[in-house]
Amino acid sequence: MKLLYTLIPFAPLLAAIVTGFFGRRIGRINSHRVTIAGVAFSLALSVYAFFHVVVGGAPTFNESLYTWLVSGNIRFEIGFMVDNLTVMMLLVVNFVSLMVHIYTIGYMHDDDGYQRFFSYISLFTFSMLMLVMSNNFLQLFFGWEAVGTVSYLLIGFYYKKETAIFANMKAFLVNRVGDFGFVLGIAGIVMYTDSLAYTDAFAAAPTLVGETMNIVGGAEWDVLTVLCILLFIGAMGKSAQAPLHVWLPDSMEGPTPISALIHAATMVTAGIFMVSRMSPIFELSETALSFILIVGSFTAFFMGLIGMVQNDIKRVVAYSTLSQLGYMTVALGVSAYSAAMFHLMTHAFFKALLFLAAGSVIIAMHHEQDIRKMGGLRKKMPITYWTSLIGSLALIGFPAFSGFYSKDIIIEAVHASTIPGANIAYWAVLGGVFVTAFYSFRLFFLVFHGKTRADKHTFDHAEESPKVVTIPLILLAIPSLLIGFVTVSAVVFGDYFEGVIFVDPARDVLAKVGETYHGPIQFISHAFHASAVYIAAAGVITAFVFYILAPSIPAFLDSKLGFLRRILENKYGFDDFNQAVFARGSVALGQQLWSKGDMAVIDGALVNGSAKSVGLIAGLARNVQSGMLFHYAFAMILGLLAMLTWFLFI
Amino acid sequence: MAGILIIATGNSSARKFAMAASILTFLVSLPLYFGFDTSTAAMQFTENVAWLPSFDVNYAIGVDGISMPLIILTTMINVIVVISAWEVIKDRPAVYLGAFSIMTGLMIGVFSSLDAILFYVFFEATLIPMFLIIGIWGGPKRVYATVKFFLYTFLGSVMMLIAIIYMYVEGGSFSVLDLHALALNEQQQFWIFLAFLAAFAVKIPMWPVHTWLPDAHVEAPTAGSAVLAAIMLKMGGYGFLRFSLPIAPDASAGMDTFMIVISLIAVVYIGFVALAQRDMKKLIAYSSISHMGFVTLGIFVAFQLIAKDDMSGVALGIEGAIIQMISHGFISAAMFLCVGVMYDRVHSREIADYGGVINTMPIFAAFMVFFAMANAGLPGTSGFVGEFMVILASFKANFWIAFLAASTLILGAAYTLWMVKRVIMGPVGNDKVAALTDINTREFWMLGLLAIFVLLIGVWPNVIGNVMHASVDNLVQQISTTKY
Repeated sequence: MKLLYTLIPFAPLLAAIVTGFFGRRIGRINSHRVTIAGVAFSLALSVYAFFHVVVGGAPTFNESLYTWLVSGNIRFEIGFMVDNLTVMMLLVVNFVSLMVHIYTIGYMHDDDGYQRFFSYISLFTFSMLMLVMSNNFLQLFFGWEAVGTVSYLLIGFYYKKETAIFANMKAFLVNRVGDFGFVLGIAGIVMYTDSLAYTDAFAAAPTLVGETMNIVGGAEWDVLTVLCILLFIGAMGKSAQAPLHVWLPDSMEGPTPISALIHAATMVTAGIFMVSRMSPIFELSETALSFILIVGSFTAFFMGLIGMVQNDIKRVVAYSTLSQLGYMTVALGVSAYSAAMFHLMTHAFFKALLFLAAGSVIIAMHHEQDIRKMGGLRKKMPITYWTSLIGSLALIGFPAFSGFYSKDIIIEAVHASTIPGANIAYWAVLGGVFVTAFYSFRLFFLVFHGKTRADKHTFDHAEESPKVVTIPLILLAIPSLLIGFVTVSAVVFGDYFEGVIFVDPARDVLAKVGETYHGPIQFISHAFHASAVYIAAAGVITAFVFYILAPSIPAFLDSKLGFLRRILENKYGFDDFNQAVFARGSVALGQQLWSKGDMAVIDGALVNGSAKSVGLIAGLARNVQSGMLFHYAFAMILGLLAMLTWFLFI
Repeated sequence: MAGILIIATGNSSARKFAMAASILTFLVSLPLYFGFDTSTAAMQFTENVAWLPSFDVNYAIGVDGISMPLIILTTMINVIVVISAWEVIKDRPAVYLGAFSIMTGLMIGVFSSLDAILFYVFFEATLIPMFLIIGIWGGPKRVYATVKFFLYTFLGSVMMLIAIIYMYVEGGSFSVLDLHALALNEQQQFWIFLAFLAAFAVKIPMWPVHTWLPDAHVEAPTAGSAVLAAIMLKMGGYGFLRFSLPIAPDASAGMDTFMIVISLIAVVYIGFVALAQRDMKKLIAYSSISHMGFVTLGIFVAFQLIAKDDMSGVALGIEGAIIQMISHGFISAAMFLCVGVMYDRVHSREIADYGGVINTMPIFAAFMVFFAMANAGLPGTSGFVGEFMVILASFKANFWIAFLAASTLILGAAYTLWMVKRVIMGPVGNDKVAALTDINTREFWMLGLLAIFVLLIGVWPNVIGNVMHASVDNLVQQISTTKY
């Protein structure tokens, strides 16, 4: 199996190398053939792994591939761990990646960087697979940073665009802030376990309960809490949790296929995956879980609000991604890791679908992204229309759609939780349901319904996208519709994650929720006794009233509540604050240190100053500098003199 | 062994000869790696000839796991340097290449000397060719830069000479291994440590004696910068490991907090300073200082761990420091060569004079982005390995040391990527950028070879790690045993 597992990430890598270096030589068609073959092969192997591990019940595979480095008594290994959690990620990543590869043939058809793009997305797939298959923190961090780098390259894909190259740098740096915490967390793990292997860390974690470390002053901090929060800061960067969320909306500068693959379905969920993988550690610190819960609920609700006022089709979906990542984080906070992973999976399908559908609309509208200039596309683009509808219904949690199961379970889990912060989180996630329903259908109605606001030429030429675009939409619509129904019993309430995810029985909210669970159909009927479904319906109806029935209402509200809109449009001032304080502040600080510290004090006062005060020697040095070699000889004599002096005095 | 190398690297009169000599030197140095016995900390490939018998000075050379990788780095960089100078240097190329060849021989001498006086002679002698390289082929302000460079470093090394002679008087031998065993009391160790510190801190350079480096780099020709950053700075780090630590272990332990603090200042303070630079070479020079801060940090954090009896962490810190030196050798050389490639075409180092280089030089841009990422410590490149190890070791010592050290993740990425954004990315900045031609085959191989090494060490650092364990363990043994 080792060879097979090794091939899973390396097939896309090989394809990426071939297209990256020889793309021009082998041409466009061969480039996409090679990369698609690589990912398809990887997907096929993942399916095989699914049957082997999940269906066949093979024991967890945990082997080293090679030894990266040995130092002291720490072994740094590169290796794979394949269990049910890994297999789920393998299938999601490879499936979405394959869809995006195929879709790209259509979307990037006229782009000069065609081969480069395929090379990047295959490289991304490799990095992401290395991340999810890792059995140790080193490789996890490698994958973690590698996906970030490819994301950097892809956001800046249109390298002539000033906004794109600003956005990619911002994305990388904000992620680095998260990684800063992450690497310290890893260092902490190494400090207490002298190993980077997951299994060692998990085994050692319970022995650290109650241990403290001294960080500030005399205060003793619980070691596990510190480590968990540090690791989670990494997750906040990658999974875009406030206040490190600022990069994700800007990342929409990249081409749409990567928004679907990287900035919705896979990379941004790495943080969620990581915390789930580390559940044996996180479960030991209630403080850290509370922290996670608060961060998640803030992101889930407040980032959703911003989505309500966005007019760029991709940005609406981006804010919805932020909000949904918040939901997953909330689930982690209440120890409902399975629910987080389940939502991660369903979200990957329907959010990739929504992004790709948005891309399809963008193609049809000749790269117009403003939803105020769209409308009435329903008849023109039936496949995009219907798949978008499925995606939107899944997103808002319409009963029986896959998002319904995952989101409702999270809400129920928060409701059942007693961890500090759970009551606030409950209102946040419930409020988020309305917000999600509203902005999703605001977008949907503005794009597909009503009379068109596009100019006549664009609208007349708008047509359904080619098959390479619509087929991935259809293939993604199927799991968006069904995957929840099919898997919910096993993944959330069954034993899919048994032995993989650990939950303290005292905090096992999913078990509590599961007491009333009797199959997916009963779960639907059960949902009608709870409020979430009605709140979602209210959101859809509000959107319908505002944007179809009485479009004058939003304008009227805007005249009365414009200040609210402006707060949201300014994204609560996060960007301006970061730009003013961190970006400009650092450069100004550097400037000051350079001119005052280096040039004025060290060079001015000390170096040149001492040269002047020595006077005679400085004068001599200045005299002899005309002849370079001579100068050296002079210096040598000085050295000899010093040496002789020393001898004489001893 | 090294004797053959020095003869082989004598003054050459033609490019081809220099090329052949450098490749030959590199090939001759390879058996050092492949024939290296990784199980022992003893010196290998030793030679010992009486040199100045009346002063008891011997031509004693040999390598161990700490010096050997540095020697390979030196010979390797020399090949790159010859490639880089191929068409670029029109003015007296023979002397230019000759200076570099001599330089290589001297630097190998520094890394292989087992006699303190021999070490001192090599250490000092490297100044001459570098002085000439900057002084003759340098930029407009080369005179100020050379004098500053020279005086700064010379002042430091004189102190070292005094210490060496003092120890000879005490112990009657210049042999490095004898000096390691020399019993010294607290006060003696303290002064000896300070004397060596003066020499090595300037060389590395540590804050606050670093200001010669940006000036020297800016004025130096491309290859001069590459050698300066890639190898000359390493002589300082190597000096700590070969002299300061084993000779004055108690003083080193006593000074560890001070050394850690100034290392951290190098990492953080210089990181901010780098952010404010407008000249690419200055930016990379400051970035070098910041990265070399990790070398001294890794070395001195070890003493905090000895105090905690965490020997595994000690080795981690010191090996991290060594790997950081090797890695920085490749990456800084590559970064300076990248700037050189652009300078050869546009004759400016100002960031503001560029913009959108990727449009006209896509292959070059790919290299530049790759090396920039390596400079920012991306896992999978060599830049990550040493920093990661030192951060791990620092965390074991103290949370806040690791905290400040890890800030390089943000700062390093910020100054490097911001430069990349302004220089490489964006629309074509001006007519000069529009007229650029992409790198030729020579430049491709020059950068390509470096890229291969950067990747190799990043993906499989054990290739260096393996050879140094025995020597580092021996060093750890030496520094954890008190001398009185």
